[in-house]
Formats: sequence, C-alpha cells, structure tokens
Amino acid sequence: MVCESWKAKLDTYLDGEVPEKEMRTFDAHVRTCPSCSADALTRVQMKRAIQVAGKRFTPSAEFRKRMQQSIAPKRQRSFRLGWMLAAAAAVILVAGSLSSAYLGIRSARDLAYRDHVYSEIADLHVATLASSSPVDVISTDRHTVKPWFQGKIPFAFNLPELRNSEFSLLGGRMTYLDQTPGAHLIYDVRKHHISVFVFQERSLKLPASLGENSLSPKKLPFNMETWSQGGLRYFVIGDASTADINNLAKLFKTTSS
Amino acid sequence: MGFARNDRHDRSVCLATRSDRTSSPETNCFIEGNKCPPPMFYYVDVSGAELQPDSFEELAMPLFDQLYNFAHWLTQNREEAEDLVQETYAKALKGFPSFQLGTNFRAWMYRILRNTFLTSRTGLKATMTVPLDLEEDGPEVAVERDTPETLLFDRTNRELLQQTIDELPVYFREILLLCEVEEMSYQEMAETLSIPVGTVMSRLSRARKTLRDRLRPQVQVGAGSAATAQRTNHGL
Repeated sequence: MVCESWKAKLDTYLDGEVPEKEMRTFDAHVRTCPSCSADALTRVQMKRAIQVAGKRFTPSAEFRKRMQQSIAPKRQRSFRLGWMLAAAAAVILVAGSLSSAYLGIRSARDLAYRDHVYSEIADLHVATLASSSPVDVISTDRHTVKPWFQGKIPFAFNLPELRNSEFSLLGGRMTYLDQTPGAHLIYDVRKHHISVFVFQERSLKLPASLGENSLSPKKLPFNMETWSQGGLRYFVIGDASTADINNLAKLFKTTSS
Repeated sequence: MGFARNDRHDRSVCLATRSDRTSSPETNCFIEGNKCPPPMFYYVDVSGAELQPDSFEELAMPLFDQLYNFAHWLTQNREEAEDLVQETYAKALKGFPSFQLGTNFRAWMYRILRNTFLTSRTGLKATMTVPLDLEEDGPEVAVERDTPETLLFDRTNRELLQQTIDELPVYFREILLLCEVEEMSYQEMAETLSIPVGTVMSRLSRARKTLRDRLRPQVQVGAGSAATAQRTNHGL
C-alpha cells in the first residue's frame, strides 16, 4: 500500500520533477524497496529506449545551408547594407550641407566683392569727372591715346573706331583698382561722360560671378556693363542710358575680338 | 543508487543563475557532488541587453537539428517537415524583436513550430480525434513483471518502438518526444504546449501507458518468435 503511493509518483520522480527534499526520500526508498527498484528500472529502460528511438531524423546538409542563408546572411546583409546606406546618406547630407554652406559663404563673399568692385569703379568714374584734369592724355584720336599707355600699364588693348558713331573720345589716364594698374578712357555721348576701364583679368582676381554682367547694381546710380575678353576685364560705366552703355561696350567687343 | 534524472533538476537550477553568465553556472551548480551538465535550455540573457539581429541566428541555429527531428515526427514526412521548420524559422525571425527577454527561447521556438503545425492541413487532420476526457485520467500505477520495457531494452527493437510512437496520436507523440528526447522540464513542456503543468503530467502519464499497451502484444509476439527460434537452434 505504501509502495503504491510511491509508484504513483514514480514517473515524476524519474523525470526529476519531484521537489528536492522528496527526491532524497524517494532515493532512499528505491534503494531499499525491490519492487519499486525493479519498477523504476523498467521505466528508465523505456525512457532510454524512447530517447534513442526518438532521435530518428536529421536534416539534410542542403536544407541546413538553405536555412542558414535564409536567416543569417540575408538579414545581416540587409542590416549592414542598411547601415551602409544610412552612413552614405549621412555623409552625403553632411557633405551637401557643408558644400552648400561653403557655396553660400562663397557666394556671399563673391557678391560682396562684386559690390566692392562696382563701388570702386563708380568712385573712380565720379572722382575722375570731378577732377580739374580728368584725363592725362587729351585726344580724340585713338592712335594717340593708345600709345600713351605704353610702358605705363603691363598690357595692350585696342580702342574702337568711333567714326559714324555718337561717341567721342575725350582722352585717357592711368588708374588703379585693388592695386592693379589699368587704363581709364573717357567718352562723351550727348553731353554724358562714360568711363571705360580696362584691367588685366588675372591681376584683379575678380569672382566668376562678375561674368558678363551688363546690369548695374541697384545701389549704384549708374549704368554699367562689364565683361572679360582676351584676358582683359572691361568696365563701361556712366550716367548715360543703358543703350548707350551697351553700344559703347559692343564697339569695344568688336574691336577686341 | 537513484534512478531519478537529477540532471534535469540541476539544469533548472543552473538556468536560474543564467542571467549572470559570467559567474559560470557550471562551476556554481553541484548537486550530490555531480557537476551540472551543459545547459540545454536557451534562456536569453536579460541583463539589459537588447536583441540584436545576429542573436537570432546564434540562438536558433543550435536548435535546428532537434526542431527538424520534432517536425519530422509530427508531420511524418520529410518535405512537410522541411516546410514546417522553414516556416517556423521565418515566423520566429519576424517575431524575434518582440520576443520577451528572460523567457525560454527553446520553448518559444517549439511553440511556434507546434502552432504552425497545428494550423497546417496536416496538423488539423492529425488532431481531429483528440478525446475530450484526455486530461481527466489519473497517473499510471500498474507495472507488470514481464514488461515490454525489459524486452525492448534486451532486443533493442528500435524500429518497433519508432513505429509504435509513429502510430500514437499527435498529442501523445509530441509530449513523449518533448519529455524523453528533448528532455524538457514539465514547466518547459507546459510553455511549449500552452497547457498547465498538471495537464502535462497527466497527458504524459497517459501517453506512456498508451505506448506500453500498444507495445505489449507486439513485443510478446516478437519475444515468442525469438524464443521459438532459440529453441529450434538448440534442437538443431
């Protein structure tokens, strides 16, 4: 009768699921009880037999490889790829931000320098006209004025033929812009004086944004056109109309080309 | 001498200390002078670690062979077993971010596999005949002298045993395999099968009894044939 109560728990005991204290008591009983001992032995034999028989199926190497590929490399690749893409995007964003910031700064600097150049040209124009002797070489003949600059400026330039035009040459003088020597020519059109400045492009190191800009800055009360041709930077500035400024500029462009 | 599987009990003790893996549970876990065997459970370290995608492979691939074995036992077909395992891993991988840290990863995987099987056409077909009074039976008590276990052990008739297990209902087959082959604790089986521990015990008992009952006539026939053959050989 006592053994029956033990045997009722025999499987639980053999499964190791009996509480620790009870386990020791169980061990002691099994050691001394032949019936329970034999019963336990047969059940252990069955457990062992099922354990051996149960390990019956093994997956193929191909299936294992397939499974590993499906959970590991693909996921890692996408994970790493995701990080790489994110990193690349971050780098591009940072680079983009830096370059736009740099370009923005550069653009602002260029604009400031352009305004500075325009102001300087306007000042030179006004100061010259305000002078009691605006020109150092007084001549309407381009063949007189041009040679006057020889040895005074480090470059040569051509003066347009003004025959059959509204423009007349008044003369010329040396000038300086940002410590760079240049030629300053003064023309007359319907009582308006127009200044033409010629400098070496490389000496001025003007920003590219100056380019072919015929529009005068809003701050200046003058019309102005500037362009680069044959390594020389030309500025045409005056209180004459935009059309007059453009026409004089065209004459210079045609002559220099 | 003791027959009980102390190692299973020991393992659960070890697992209780696995949150601190640096303390080497193998060296801390001794019962009656025996060193704790290598833990077979897969509790995820809970010391504040986050689940990484790499963790899944590290945890799941060591279970691959045994999950496949279990799947094959359930489906009784290689192709279906492969499909089942594949679907299990896909589901587990998808659900891994929501896996609850500190819970039993192995039980989690087996539960996914079993649920996937039960919702499959094969699984539905196999579980259509679950008896309603299954869990109401008490533990098995009767043991005879001339037992199938002894005969099986003596003859190592593995194929016969495999065939008999194969013919068991799924609910008996799975719990026997989880207990004897996977060596799961009652608690772990309860988690895997989503049933109370008490139900695990009663179902396991019923499964063992059913297996013994079905083995007995076959083993007796086999034993009779073997005895006849032995007598014939002696006569010759």
